[in-house]
Amino acid sequence: MHEMSLCEGVLQILEDHARSQGFEQVKTVWLEIGGLSGVEPEAMTFCFDAVMRNTLAHQARLEIIKLPGQAWCMHCAKTVQVQQRFDPCPDCASYQLQITGGDEMRIKELEVE
Amino acid sequence: MCTTCGCGEGETRIEGHEHAHDHSHHGHDHVHKHEQHHDYGRGPAHAHAPGLSQSRMLQIEEDILGKNNEYAVANRRWFADHRVLTLNLVSSPGSGKTTLLTRSIDDMKDELKLSVIEGDQQTANDADRIRETGVKALQINTGKGCHLDAHMIGHALESLKPDENSVLFIENVGNLVCPAAFDLGEAHKVAILSVTEGEDKPIKYPDMFHAADLMLLNKIDLLPYVQFDVDKCIEYAHRINPAIKVLKVSATSGEGMSNWYQWIKTTRQLAMIGQ
Repeated sequence: MHEMSLCEGVLQILEDHARSQGFEQVKTVWLEIGGLSGVEPEAMTFCFDAVMRNTLAHQARLEIIKLPGQAWCMHCAKTVQVQQRFDPCPDCASYQLQITGGDEMRIKELEVE
Repeated sequence: MCTTCGCGEGETRIEGHEHAHDHSHHGHDHVHKHEQHHDYGRGPAHAHAPGLSQSRMLQIEEDILGKNNEYAVANRRWFADHRVLTLNLVSSPGSGKTTLLTRSIDDMKDELKLSVIEGDQQTANDADRIRETGVKALQINTGKGCHLDAHMIGHALESLKPDENSVLFIENVGNLVCPAAFDLGEAHKVAILSVTEGEDKPIKYPDMFHAADLMLLNKIDLLPYVQFDVDKCIEYAHRINPAIKVLKVSATSGEGMSNWYQWIKTTRQLAMIGQ
C-alpha cells in the first residue's frame, strides 16, 4: 500500500519514545500487521531498512507478527477467519460478514538500548 | 522535523501556507545525556552485573497511524464546533471527480455554503477549476505522497477557513489504495467509480469500498457504449460493504445528480441534530 509512509510513521513513534523513555538505539521492532490491513510484509521490510538507515534504528531487526483476518458471520453467529474482505464465510458461504479483526498495524514491542 | 505537528515532511505544499506558526516546542530545555548512563539495572533481566547486555524491552502497543488519527480527531472536533459537514471524495484518477464536483457546486452553491480542499501530487489546476465556480478552494500538493493525511487537512483549514454551517468537500488524490487508511476527520468517505472503469473495482480495491459510506456510480450516460454490468458492480460493492449506499449519476448529463444533492442535504441535517 504505502509502506514507505508507514515506515516513516514508525520512525516518528520510535523517536518520540526515545525522548520520553530515554534510549538511543533501537535493536528490534515487533510489528503486528493484520491480514486485512493492506500492508505487504515484504514491502514493509524493504522500506523499513531504507527508512531506518542512519537513524536511531539503523540496522534494527524488523519482526512482523501476522494477525489473521477475522469476521463475524451473521448466519452462523460466530467468528470465522477470512483471507480477504470479500471472502464468503468458510462454513456457510454467506457474504453477510462483519469484519471484526485483521486491520491492525501496530508497533507491539521494541528492544532498545 | 517537527514532532509536535510533523511539519517539514518532504514535498507537501499547501497553498498560502507559509509555515509561520510557532515552532517554539523545538526549544525546550529537556536535555538528555545518555552517554553518561551507567545504570546496569535496565537490561532485560534487570541485571546489575557488568558485562551483560544493556538492551531492554519496551511494550508500546502503538498504532502506526496513531499520529494521523490524533490529527483526525482534532479535525473532527473542529468540524463539529463549526458545524461543517465534511465529505472525503476518493476514486481512481479519471473517474470524473472534479467534473462531478464543479457540477455539484454550480447546482448547490445558491442553497449551501461550500468550500473545497483539492489534493493532487502536482499543479493547482483542480483548485483553479473549482475557484471558477466562485467557491473557496485550496490546493494541497502532496509531492511524492500518494494520499492526503489529517495533518495536511488541519493546516489547510487554517488557510481555507470554511464558513460555519457549510459543506466541505475534500477531493483526495486519485488513488483507490492509500487514502482508504487515512482518516482525515471527515464525516463520510464517498467513493466515485465511473462506468468506463471495470465493474469489479470494488473487489479489486476492497479497502476503499469498505471504508466508504456512499458510492457514486458516475458517467452512466455512457452505459450504452461500454461493457459494464451495473448490477454486478453493485453486488460486488455490497459484498465488501453491506451498508454502502449506491447512487447512479452522470455529472455530464445531470442524470441522478438530484439524489446526490438530496443525500448531502439530508446527511447535513442529520449531523446537525443534537448539536
